[in-house]
This record gives sequence, structure tokens and C-alpha cells, in this order.
Amino acid sequence: MTDSGPRATVSGRDEFPAAPSVRQRAMRLFLSDYFVLYLSLAYFLVLVPFLPTLSNPANLANILSNMWPLLVVAVGQTFVLTIAGIDLSQGSVVGFTSVIGAMLLATSASPDVLSNAPIWGLIIDEAGGPLANVPGGVLVAIVAMVAAGAMIGAANGLAIAHFRMPPFMVTLVTMIVISAFAIFLTQSENIRNLPESYIQLGKGDIVSVYFGEQAESRIPRRQIHSFITYPMLIAVSVAILAHVLLNSTVFGRQVFAIGTNRRAAEISGIPVRRVIVLVFTISAICATIGALLYSTRLEAGRPTLGDGNFLLDVIGATVIGGTSLFGGKGKIIWTVFGVFFFVLLSNTLNLMNLSSFHIDMVKGAVIVAAALLDVLRTRLIRGEAS
Amino acid sequence: MTTLLSFQDLRKEYFGVPAVRDLTLDIRAGDVVGVIGENGAGKSTLMNMVGGVVQPTDGEMRWQGEPYRPRSPGDATARGIAFIHQELNLFTNLTIAENIFVDQFPSRFGMIDRPAMRQRTADLLQQLALDVSPDTDVDSLAPGERQLVEIAKALHRDAELIIFDEPTTSLTPRETARLFETIERLKADGKTILYISHILGDVKRLSDAIVVLRDGELVEQGAAADFDVPAMITAMIGRALGGLYPERTSEPRDDVLFSARGLTQPGILEDVSFDIRAGEILGLFGLMGSGRSEMARIVFGLDPLERGTLALQGRPLTGGVRQRIASGLAFVTEDRRAEGLLMDAAIADNLSLVAIEEFGRTPLAFLDKTRLARRTGQMQADMLIKAGDIRTQPARALSGGNQQKVVIGKWLMRHPALFILDEPTRGVDVGAKFEIYALADRLAAAGSGVLFISSELEELTGMCDRIMVMNRGEVMGGFDRAAFSDRDILAMAFGKRVPADEVAA
Repeated sequence: MTDSGPRATVSGRDEFPAAPSVRQRAMRLFLSDYFVLYLSLAYFLVLVPFLPTLSNPANLANILSNMWPLLVVAVGQTFVLTIAGIDLSQGSVVGFTSVIGAMLLATSASPDVLSNAPIWGLIIDEAGGPLANVPGGVLVAIVAMVAAGAMIGAANGLAIAHFRMPPFMVTLVTMIVISAFAIFLTQSENIRNLPESYIQLGKGDIVSVYFGEQAESRIPRRQIHSFITYPMLIAVSVAILAHVLLNSTVFGRQVFAIGTNRRAAEISGIPVRRVIVLVFTISAICATIGALLYSTRLEAGRPTLGDGNFLLDVIGATVIGGTSLFGGKGKIIWTVFGVFFFVLLSNTLNLMNLSSFHIDMVKGAVIVAAALLDVLRTRLIRGEAS
Repeated sequence: MTTLLSFQDLRKEYFGVPAVRDLTLDIRAGDVVGVIGENGAGKSTLMNMVGGVVQPTDGEMRWQGEPYRPRSPGDATARGIAFIHQELNLFTNLTIAENIFVDQFPSRFGMIDRPAMRQRTADLLQQLALDVSPDTDVDSLAPGERQLVEIAKALHRDAELIIFDEPTTSLTPRETARLFETIERLKADGKTILYISHILGDVKRLSDAIVVLRDGELVEQGAAADFDVPAMITAMIGRALGGLYPERTSEPRDDVLFSARGLTQPGILEDVSFDIRAGEILGLFGLMGSGRSEMARIVFGLDPLERGTLALQGRPLTGGVRQRIASGLAFVTEDRRAEGLLMDAAIADNLSLVAIEEFGRTPLAFLDKTRLARRTGQMQADMLIKAGDIRTQPARALSGGNQQKVVIGKWLMRHPALFILDEPTRGVDVGAKFEIYALADRLAAAGSGVLFISSELEELTGMCDRIMVMNRGEVMGGFDRAAFSDRDILAMAFGKRVPADEVAA
């Protein structure tokens, strides 16, 4: 196998004079960039007859709206996994920055809920946060959130790059400390009453669709299905930006080099430390944008927004997409498909009326399978190359 | 004599490409058989089939006359076949005895029977004349001693056939001599040996019979007495090679390119001073532990330096690796896999690694992919890298020689002033070795300096303008080309001092 590189796309011209064998076809499909997308579509088609609600427009819109925030966070994780790291602190950054944004922007707050919180009277009171009703306040609040997130990410990166501490340990500690701090800030309460312009970011739609005849002059809101939404625009922009960054810049090449062999990259003059700090900063900024989307959808700032199995969803979706846990191998498009698959999986499990315990058990099994596929794929590509 | 192992029309294909083609061969019991061939000739594939790592596509193997179809390395071990690999498979955190018994600890009442283990290990070590305690951690052994532990492991399992794959690459001359004595002893005990090496003189000296592979085929076999080194090379590459070393095409210039003064790092280097002139190839010879590679790492800024100064083209050389690369240094490290290449990345990505920042105005700007493809393609052509599509083929898929050319090529992309080559021909076949030597000559002719570090004295005397000898972190002395003498250089490497003024350029 000389000129069909690993992960050659399946579609398109067939360069072999003789028809490839079934085995060859299967392998090319398996190694294709679009493997997970095909898998998702097949899964969808298989389940539609059993779960008719699956293909309802309302459900499809729901799947899409669940995709966007997860995608943004998983894009950040893709960078980290590609340098052979892992970022366990993303969930805590989501919770923490959602609190930051909400405490600055809330238009009012109830003393019954928040009077025990250390921020009460200091930052927020009955009249809301310092940026409530300030023109341009939303923008300032978002900048503050991103700055807070970026600082956490940079701190992770500095510890990992300069003290050569393992990413697992550093981000685990960050996760625990930051989520504890976020809970402390509000004493575990949610901050509500967010301004409409902020909420629009998470809920606003641009193109919505309605299926059926217009029998009444006004169509009930619940029959209109959001299709193109602000979260979609934000998530797709982040993904495209990340794709360009990873594939078409010097920085992207350096990321891959470090993930493939950090030692060789160092000796070749790659600014390894700087790149690692940047990658963890990117990861935390992505988590912050995710926080923006989750928190506006929830219409609240919530310290535990990224707790529980959120981390499982992020890392699971990224790995299912095909980004390797061993580093050196990652693509944003894989992550897009991985997130799609994961959201679809959660959705179908919900539709089957399984309990959340069952759902997590199935998700766990799927992630193990994905990690196994990662190993298998790496072996296949090496076998093909030798 | 009886046949121990035989191959009948043995064939192995990887995805339709044959790596071993219809090979028929008998190996007689009690022989030392030298197996030679360029990288990619099929030696490793053949050995992997013998060892049960891969299964033949066609043909059969017979072991002591019986059909032999190993499904796993365990099958091979059970029959009495042992491998001594290039990279040793020892657990360095365990003791010698634990390593030898690692897959089958003897037990008494459910507890590990340590006295029995120790006794058996001590017997084995004595057989091999290795005078250390069975409780020594493998960690603290020299490479040659570790190899003897591997051999002890093979003996413990009653191996009939012991396969040595490039066993001398990390050994000092003294350890090599000891290994050869051990091999003689094994042979006297009736063991059969397959000896694979690129060092043809050794193969000739040790072997009873020699087998030459080329492109997966057996091209020649016969008694070792019937071969000489040139004939072996001719058989391996399929044509006569003009000589082992290319003619030097230039003389060193007068201007000093690089100078080191008083380099001192306690325990590693002691007051090391030397110059390299433009266009000069300076050889650096020393035994393992002489500080030669350590010095290269210090010069390149990878390891700390307590005292001393470095200057390149008249400017002091300071800062970290990035700064030194910018000043014009290049470093081909001795460990190609771990430090030189991104094994799983495409060849083009490896070639562009060092110069990558030249292809984008800022790190976040778009890469100029057209120019990148053109420059890497050019480099592939310049370096005669034999590969498929360099944009998709990973470095892992290349032979050792071509991998090394990729490493050198990535540095050439930045036109460095001083090249440090640390064991550049290790694990590289004869043809590619010649190309690497020719390249060193070309670099010198273009006015670069080359610091050529090697433990093969022959290639240093073949290629260098001067040779500097190190021992225990000190420069012992040096030789000009006219004064090269293997005996004197080796004596110096073992610690005999020569007046320092002979070193000065």
C-alpha cells in the first residue's frame, strides 16, 4: 500500500484497477474521516422504526440544540488530547464562568436565595449585578468570563509546561478547586433574572421552521422548530476557527508535533512550553463559551453547571470522533461527528425511557468501545504503512 | 550434522507486497549463521516468522524435522528459540534474578522461592562469566552486561537457537569482545546461533556460514570462509560499491567557525576546549560514558553547563535550544526514534518541523502550503529519500537509512552553520551509510562545520579531517588526518594521554 495514505476518504474515485475486496472496502470505510458520521446515520435509521418520535422535527431540533454547547467544549478538548494531554477542569470552568457572567449581569436577585452567599452585597444585591442595565454590559460581562476562563487555562498550562506536572493531576486539582470556589461564591444557589439580550445568545433563533398547514393566524410557539440559532452560529464559528487553527497554521503543526513526540519537537526548536500553555488556554476559553451557551439556555448562572457526567460527555464525544488519547492525532471534523453521535445516543436512550443510571452505563460502555477503536485504528494504520 | 531449522518456499506478504519471497534455507544445528542484508531486505520479517510474531503467507518452516507453525512468541520460546533484540527486553527496575524468572517464578508453599531463583541465576551468570550478584538491579548494569542477562534468560529456558539482532550497537569494544567470547562458548555448548548485523567484519569473524538477503530473496549463501567484506557488500546491494567512504572533496578553511572553551559540568565534562573550522569534519571518538553525547547535548543547550563559553561564527552561543538553532546549530541525535523523528507523522511534516515558522508570517497566520510542499519535495529529491507520497506516508514506514536522511533533511531546511551528528549511521545499511558520508562531505564543502560523533572508529578515520578523543569527560588529545592510527586512538580512548597541543587546530 504505497499511495493510499491512512484515512483516505472512501468516496470519490477508485484508484485501484481491480475492484477492492470487501475487506479492503471495509477497512477504508473504517479509517475514513466520515466513519462516525456514517455510524450515526446508520444508528439513526435502524432506530427510527422503533422510536417514531426520533424523527419528529421537534426531536431533531432538540438534538441539534443539544449539540452546540457540547461541540464548543469538545473542540477545546480536541486541542488538549492532540498534544497528548487531558483537561478535566473544563466542567468546573463552565460552572465558574457561568456564575461570573450571571453575577455581573443579573437584573435583580432575591435575598431569600442569595443573602448567605459571599458575593451578596459585595457584587450583587436586590438591584442585581454591577452590569445590570448598563449599555454594553453583556459584552463586558462576556469579556470578564473569557478572561477568567483564560486565566484558569493558562494556570493549568503553566503548571504542566514549566513544572512538567502530569496534565491529569493538574487539571484534576483545578477541577476540584474551581468548582468548590464556584459553589462557595453562591452557596450553591443559582443566579437568575438574566437580561433578555444575554439570554438571546443561548435561545435566539434566526431561521425556524413550521411543518403543516397554517390553520390559524398564529402558529403556537411549540410547533415552531428552531433550526438556525445563535448557539449554532457561535458553535459553528468556533469549530471553523479551530479547524483552521489546527490545520492551516504554524501553531497547528506545532500542536501535532508535540502530541506525536514532545522530545523530538523540543530538540527541533518547537516552543513546546508556549504551545502547551496556549492549548490549555484555548481549552478553557472553549469551556467558557460553552458556559455562555449552557447558562443562557438555562437562564441562570449555576455553579454546578458542568458537574457530574459532563466531563464524560465531552471526553467521550471527542474520543468517539477519533481523536486519539495517545496524542498526535485529532481533527475538528471528527469531533463534530463524535458530538453528533453522542448527542444522538443520549437522545435515543432518553426516548427509550431509560433511567439516568442506565444511560450513564451505556455511555460508559460506548466510550470504552471508542477507546478500543482508537487502539485498533492506530494498529491498522501502522500495519498499512509497513 | 543435522538440520535444526529449515524454510521451504517461505513467503510473507504485507497487504500484497512481499517482504520475504519463496525462501528456502536449511540451518544446521551447532552453526553460527550470519544473516546480512540491507534494511528492508527481509531479515526482520524472517526473524519475526521464526519468533511467531507474524505468520507466513505461504510455505513452511520445520523445526528438528517437524512442521513448525508458531502462532505466538510463546510457541517459539517453548520450542527453544530465544531472541536477543536490538532493544533489550529487560525490566530495568527488577533484579537480574527476577528478570530471568519473570514469566515463571518458582514457588514454594505459594510464595516465591527466592533462594532457588538466586542459586539458578548465580549458576547461569557464572556460565557466562558475569561476575555480579543475582540481586543486582538491571538498572545499574552496563549495556553489555544487560545483554549477558538476556543471554542468561535464553539459557535458562534451554534455548537451542539463539537469534542475535544487531547485538553490538550499544556496546563498547571491550563489551563486544566479551560478547564474541560468549558466542564462541555457546557454540561450543552446541547451541545454534543466528547473528544479524550490519557490521560485516564481525559477521565474517563469528560465522560458520553466511546468508545474504536482498529484497526478500535469498541471493547468496555459503561458508563464511568464502566471503570477504567487499563480496558481502556486493551481494547485499546487488552491485559493487566503489568504496566504503566517498572521497573528501574539500579542505577545511582557515577561519574558526566554532569554539568551546573550558566547558565544565561536574561529573560530566571537565575543562573541554576545542575549535572547529569552517568546512571541517571533526570526529569525536570515545567509549560509552566518555561524555561525547553529553557534550553534544550541552553544546546544543539541552543540558546545563556550569562553566565555560561557546561561540559560533564569533558570537557567543547562549540561551535555550531555540536560540541556538537560530544561531545556526543543528543536532542529529543518536536516538532517532525517540528524539529525531515524529514516527507517526508524515515525512513532509518531519522535514518541515525545524523550519516550520518560516512558512507563516506569525504562528497564527495561514501556512504557505504551496511553498511548504515545494520545499519539502525538493528536500526529498536532494536527499534521495526513497518514499511514496511524503505528505501521507509516515516516517515509521521508512528504512533506517531513509529515516536518518529525513532527520538530516529537516535541519538542512534551515541551512545551519554547524552540524552535530551523533552516531548518524547507527542502524543504517551500507548503501545509505555511504550517502550520509557523502552528505557530510557536501556540508563541509559548502563551508559548514561538522562534529561527527561515532563509536565506529573506522568511519571516523574514513571521513574526518581531525579526530578528538574523549575519556571520562575530558579531551585526551587529537589526531590530524595524516596521523590517524586506530591503535593510538583506541589507546587514548582507554585513557592514555597525549600532549594537548596536538589537538589545537
